[in-house]
Amino acid sequence: MPMLEIQGLNKAFGGLRAINGLELHVDEGEVVSVIGPNGAGKTTFFNLVTGMETPDEGSIVFDGQDVVGLRPNQILKLGMARTFQNVRLFPAMTVLENVMVGQHSRTKAGLFGAVFKTPSQRREEVEIEERAKEVLSFFGTRLAGYRHDQLSMVLSYANRRRLEIARAMATGPRLLLLDEPTAGMNPRETIELTELIGRLRSEKGYTIVLIEHDMQVVRNVSDRVVVLDHGVKLTEGSYDEVSSNEKVIEAYLGRPAELGA
Amino acid sequence: MVLVAATGMVATFQPRLVIDPIVPLGILFLYLLAFAFGWMAGQPPATLEGYEPATAGSRNVLAGALAGLLGGLCLGLLLIAITVFDLRGVFINMSPELAEILGFGLPVAAAVFVIAVASAFMGALGAGVHLLSRRVRRALIGALTAVIVFSVLTDLFGQLFAGLSLEPVIDFLYTGRGGALTIIGSVVIFGAFIVLFWWMEGRDSTLRQRVQAMPKGQRSRWQIGAALIILVILYFVPRIMGPFVSQILVTAGIYLLMALGLNIVVGYAGLLDLGYVAFFAVGAYTTAILTSPQSPAFNPEISVLASLPFVMVAAAIAGILVATPVIRMRGDYLAIVTLGFGEIARILLNSEWLAPVFGGAQGITNIPDLQIGPLTFSTPQDYFYPIFLFVLLAAYVTFALQKSRWGRAWMAMREDESVAEAMGVNIVTAKLSAFVVGAILASFGGSLFAAQIGSVFPHTFDIVVSITVLVIIIVGGMGSVPGVTLGALVLIVLPNLLREFSEYQFLFYGVLLIVMMLKRPEGFIPSKRRAQELHTEELSQDAWLEIYGEKGQAEQVPEGAV
Ligand SMILES: Nc1ncnc2c1ncn2[C@@H]1O[C@H](COP(=O)(O)OP(=O)(O)OP(=O)(O)O)[C@@H](O)[C@H]1O
Ligand SMILES: [Mg+2]
Repeated sequence: MPMLEIQGLNKAFGGLRAINGLELHVDEGEVVSVIGPNGAGKTTFFNLVTGMETPDEGSIVFDGQDVVGLRPNQILKLGMARTFQNVRLFPAMTVLENVMVGQHSRTKAGLFGAVFKTPSQRREEVEIEERAKEVLSFFGTRLAGYRHDQLSMVLSYANRRRLEIARAMATGPRLLLLDEPTAGMNPRETIELTELIGRLRSEKGYTIVLIEHDMQVVRNVSDRVVVLDHGVKLTEGSYDEVSSNEKVIEAYLGRPAELGA
Repeated sequence: MVLVAATGMVATFQPRLVIDPIVPLGILFLYLLAFAFGWMAGQPPATLEGYEPATAGSRNVLAGALAGLLGGLCLGLLLIAITVFDLRGVFINMSPELAEILGFGLPVAAAVFVIAVASAFMGALGAGVHLLSRRVRRALIGALTAVIVFSVLTDLFGQLFAGLSLEPVIDFLYTGRGGALTIIGSVVIFGAFIVLFWWMEGRDSTLRQRVQAMPKGQRSRWQIGAALIILVILYFVPRIMGPFVSQILVTAGIYLLMALGLNIVVGYAGLLDLGYVAFFAVGAYTTAILTSPQSPAFNPEISVLASLPFVMVAAAIAGILVATPVIRMRGDYLAIVTLGFGEIARILLNSEWLAPVFGGAQGITNIPDLQIGPLTFSTPQDYFYPIFLFVLLAAYVTFALQKSRWGRAWMAMREDESVAEAMGVNIVTAKLSAFVVGAILASFGGSLFAAQIGSVFPHTFDIVVSITVLVIIIVGGMGSVPGVTLGALVLIVLPNLLREFSEYQFLFYGVLLIVMMLKRPEGFIPSKRRAQELHTEELSQDAWLEIYGEKGQAEQVPEGAV
């Protein structure tokens, strides 16, 4: 049974059919890239899966459970966490706090415990902090040491992207949804992030769905590539199959300057 | 200046002499404004790092003088207008007396000239301050401020010295208790503070550094010692200051309690609640109903202390009631709906329909005093202590929650509600809990208020209370406990201490708000994060450096002024 199975998914904004009869599955341990021209509906697809938008029709089954109609925090708790194309950190919170928030749904201290500092609350608080530091250490020196107490808004662009991934990791997911993780990065940072995505799977065991415009990255990390255009799945397959597919070339050529943007 | 004169402030302030017999408050206030204009106009531009700091020169003084002159000329025009036309039909305050005050009793032409010159002079002085070295400038301004504070707060200092049995000091500095400063007195104060500020320069920071450098054990011993000393001083405050000042402090304490509660709702959770007074009313009325023999519907007549658990429950219910309909609302909508709730609460309490329970416009009277064991609290001096205790409690709760799972969830929700939800924060419980905690703190304030005053009336729970509490946290510094405390002191204590001032309390709030928003939007004592949030431009530059300094060692250098 696939980890994520999507059937007959539809979503329209007014007259615009952003997602149109999408069928898709993701197996445990896979890295799947979703590509397509601007406005193809890739981000909308993530929004639907994570419950931030409600689909008009269709089913989204994660781990055998239909998640349509659940609130985003409930879906997250089932084990799906995402990052955002336009980096949406909590700017006035520190790096460490951003990652600590990620653990909210996995912890349970109540208001009473927080006010009276009960032993179990204190223990949990220590665990939260240690786990946050551990997650951040995955990024080497990039988000380590003095950076823990910096506000996330002072981070460089690349570090913000890394922190978003860290925050998603802290929620304890099995499936990671990364929306254009290399957008705005320089070539060196892009290479570094490509390696990091590989490590996310090999070391942490995450299943990953990735939206990406950089074809180098797509080629290097993905087991399977899904191409979207106008909310419709054009094709799917290995990178080589997809990149030689005529419909795909046409879709991109129709709107130039897309590939490798 | 024209505005100030026109609103009648000058005329009200005038009888109050600052330094007997030469400087009356009204005129001083006017010309201080000219001084402030000059100060602003003469401010040297902010220095950029790496550039030669712009040295203040005659240009700045000129700018200051011009600003002062402009203000003075406007004032002169007003004077002419008053003398030539009778404006009293439109502006009641524009009386011949005002003309007399403004013109120093001189003929109009001469008076205009004198005003213009004097204002320009004050403006130039204000700008000229920038020419002095930092140390001199601080000492001078500090000493001047001290003189003004001593003269304006004559009641406070009179009470202070009397409470300490130092009547001779009063006779020396003032023309009797509550009177104006004498010339000698003001000179002595000025001199003493010049010396004090001169001596202080640099010392406060070295002291702080010394404390920082101490080993941990020693430092915490120092901090405990300092806290103890403050507590001892606070213990004596109400005894020395007497009922008048104590009452003001009690009022400020109740406002502070509410402000700390609202700080959680607005400052942490980012939920702009404009009907906060409703929770205050819930506390006051719950205590009133449960304790007063006069309570119309049922009167168990329990003690005030015993009513507190019920107050807590009632407040929690009220918090949930208000929060439930606004759970899916954001920003402006939430503010408007809560505003509605505040008004509904007051109208319900006032209504004939519910009069059998709440007593309608007559309210509920005969609320007994707070009693804890053998102690009965009746005077304002007595109430200072329990209120102080509750404020401490609220501050503790704030700190404890801030560094907890809940505090983080609230802040995340304030920063970006949908992302917080996508990261696992349950928005429903986060909003409910913020409202409940805020409601409970405010209701304790209401409960103590009811016990202290001895009666509750619906009209007390006006929207103005909500607004005042909000202004306290904005001006003080949102999300910062010391800031909110200072805000309550400045906004509640100051206007009440200045008898002539209380009439202009809201004008004062308005002006203060505008000045703060322009000059220091993060508040007096901001929380660290808010200060940074509002000054990010400086930091983005460093982020740029980091990206482009990639090959260099920029990565190793902490970014920005963090
Ligand atoms: N909330 C919304 N309301 C209205 N239209 C929307 C909304 N969200 C997305 N759309 C539209 O749906 C279409 C798909 O948008 P989506 O953001 O999913 O594209 P994308 O594939 O992520 O593109 P990009 O590569 O630019 O990120 C676009 O035409 C967009 O304008
Ligand atoms: Mg997108």
